[in-house]
Amino acid sequence: MQVNEWIFIAIAILASWVFPAMPLVIARFLQPRRPNKIKQETYECGIETVGTAWVQFKVQYYLYALVFLVFDIEVVFLFPWAVAYNQLPLFAFVEMGIFIALLGVALAYAWRKGALEWG
Amino acid sequence: MQNVDIVQWVAFIVLSVLTLGGGFMVARDRNLFHGALWLLVSLFGVAGLFVLLAAPFLAAVQVLVYMGAIVILIIFAIMLTRRVMGEREQTNNQWPIGLAMSALAFLVIAFILWQATVSTSAGVRPLLPSAPGGAVSIDSIVTFGKSLVDPGQYALPFELASLLLTGAMIGAIVIAREEG
Amino acid sequence: MIEFLTNAGWNKDVATFVAIVLGVIAVSSFGLIWIIFSIWLERKIAGRIQDRVGPNRTGPYGLFQTFADIGKLLTKEDITPEGADKFVYNIAPLLSVVAVILIWAVIPFSSIWIGADINVGALYFTAVGSFGTLAILLAGWSSNNKYALLGAFRVTAQLISYEVPMVLSILVPVLLAGTMSMQGIVQAQHIWYIFAVPITAGIFFTSSLAEVGRSPFDLIEAESEIVAGFNIEYTGMKFGMFYAAEFIHAFTICVLTAVLFLGGWRGPGANLEGVVGGIIGFGFLFVKSAALYFLVMLIRNTVPRVRIDQMMAFNWKFLVPLSLVNVLVVALISRLFLPDYGAAQNMASTATGLGAFLISLIGPGALAELPRTIVSLIANVGLWWVVSELLHRYANLERRKVIDLVTEPPQFSPEQQPTSAPAGR
Repeated sequence: MQVNEWIFIAIAILASWVFPAMPLVIARFLQPRRPNKIKQETYECGIETVGTAWVQFKVQYYLYALVFLVFDIEVVFLFPWAVAYNQLPLFAFVEMGIFIALLGVALAYAWRKGALEWG
Repeated sequence: MQNVDIVQWVAFIVLSVLTLGGGFMVARDRNLFHGALWLLVSLFGVAGLFVLLAAPFLAAVQVLVYMGAIVILIIFAIMLTRRVMGEREQTNNQWPIGLAMSALAFLVIAFILWQATVSTSAGVRPLLPSAPGGAVSIDSIVTFGKSLVDPGQYALPFELASLLLTGAMIGAIVIAREEG
Repeated sequence: MIEFLTNAGWNKDVATFVAIVLGVIAVSSFGLIWIIFSIWLERKIAGRIQDRVGPNRTGPYGLFQTFADIGKLLTKEDITPEGADKFVYNIAPLLSVVAVILIWAVIPFSSIWIGADINVGALYFTAVGSFGTLAILLAGWSSNNKYALLGAFRVTAQLISYEVPMVLSILVPVLLAGTMSMQGIVQAQHIWYIFAVPITAGIFFTSSLAEVGRSPFDLIEAESEIVAGFNIEYTGMKFGMFYAAEFIHAFTICVLTAVLFLGGWRGPGANLEGVVGGIIGFGFLFVKSAALYFLVMLIRNTVPRVRIDQMMAFNWKFLVPLSLVNVLVVALISRLFLPDYGAAQNMASTATGLGAFLISLIGPGALAELPRTIVSLIANVGLWWVVSELLHRYANLERRKVIDLVTEPPQFSPEQQPTSAPAGR
């Protein structure tokens, strides 16, 4: 039954935090601790920082995340289709072809409108 | 009660706390970015609940799409529109009315659910059917896949979903490029 | 499964629980123990490729180099920048390692050894991998540092972009095997999938390389750019966590590629019963992964780094359309040449002479998949030919544009025309 498998996953999720935490705890004992105002300043190539840490956020990042999201959801629809595919009639291929073609249109639109450019 | 049932109840309680607590803290935490992080906690709880409901595919989808894509999109949107390093004062003056309305909605929904499930069966049922031949079978995904392309079942909503996604992407690109 | 060890006298549930905990520890430790060796291996091989010796002072052949590195990182002072968000700042490196360790829970080490054979294994490891992306974003934001934030944005954009072709290429083994379970995919590979869908294997390998952030996509750790990116403000062991996570992740994708496309633990003798078969299968998986890891190191030391806009263009304009077309092509062929295991079994039991000998060599499963594999291979070659033709046309177009630009005589407008008379008198 699948219950044991998911219990494994649950325990793995809890226990896997221990593995990276161990070296950090060890380091906590081994490291020197001399806090110093200058050391703790934000790093900016050795000069004084100017203004708070706020960068001009290009809209490009948002567009990439958006296109990624749409394709992610598309792939999520494709997975059950792929699992059942060997037992489906040929028509299933056509349906999926339409599905992918529509999203290909979306990708082509994004491409033409320059939503995929970095600059 | 069997050990499996105890485990399931404990898991349910923990996951519910994560989901509800995370959702509550999203609204409560003044820092906007922390709100997005609490959303992560809440969504993780929902994914765990999907596992408890014997829908592992949906749990994986929840983590992949919601936690891996939508939260990143939300964070990008936050960064795009405002400075996030500070905390905000509460600017909503209608919060007593909001509280009353949400409490009312909660009572109504709880009542409906109570009527439909618990009060009609003898006592409380365990969540995951542990009887042999229960819902936990590998074929559930195959069935799901078949139902997606079966013209008599969900083929039309399936294709419409792709149309919807295409439309959403085109619309968002149009809007985003005007601003940028 | 590992739980059969302690069912002796204990309560069954407790025994299962203990076995599960031990299994978790074993599975998680494997990757961690491996990187102690692989960091040294990486530096030695990098040195040899660059015609130098590599570390050879600490211990024989420099074998204890990793311990020296760990010791150094452990004793560095942990400087938290002012204004950093303490909780998130500390969680991010942990999350980065956790994301990679969790992938190991679904990897089939042999026919009887697997952490958790959930029936959505292929989707699970993709989902968990996205935690790593989150970890980097959190690290960049919580450092309260412009450069860290900028670096984190670029890295996140790179990682989420390359997740699309990666997930699309995972779709193909799932399609061919008819299941999302990792153990199921390995057991369905009577013929290794790399022979049937080499383009998909290439897409998966390349996009996974970009996901990890290894060369040639290592803008993440590009020391010469943006001053080391999102982990500027991390010192000591926390930085070590990011470093370790990247190494483990690099090996993990080699193991995943081996499982999905190279038949995992399959090989002669891996189907034996009991522990012997398990060890043989594990050995096969390890050898395949190590070979791929050598390929990763080779690529790192020979291919120059890619610029971020080239990386994005490569992903969205080449890999994504290619993987979409690839899925369609494989789906069509798989439908038309469905492997018929029943017919193959019949052939196996009724064949005589040379036929029987050949069939007994490769097994009836492989026989059933042979037509699909061969046709699919031919289709892949054809697809690749089409793609390279398109790329040639595109490259010629670009070349012509540059040539036109260069050889065009510069046009002066009348006011700027250099006159023969000097400006002054």
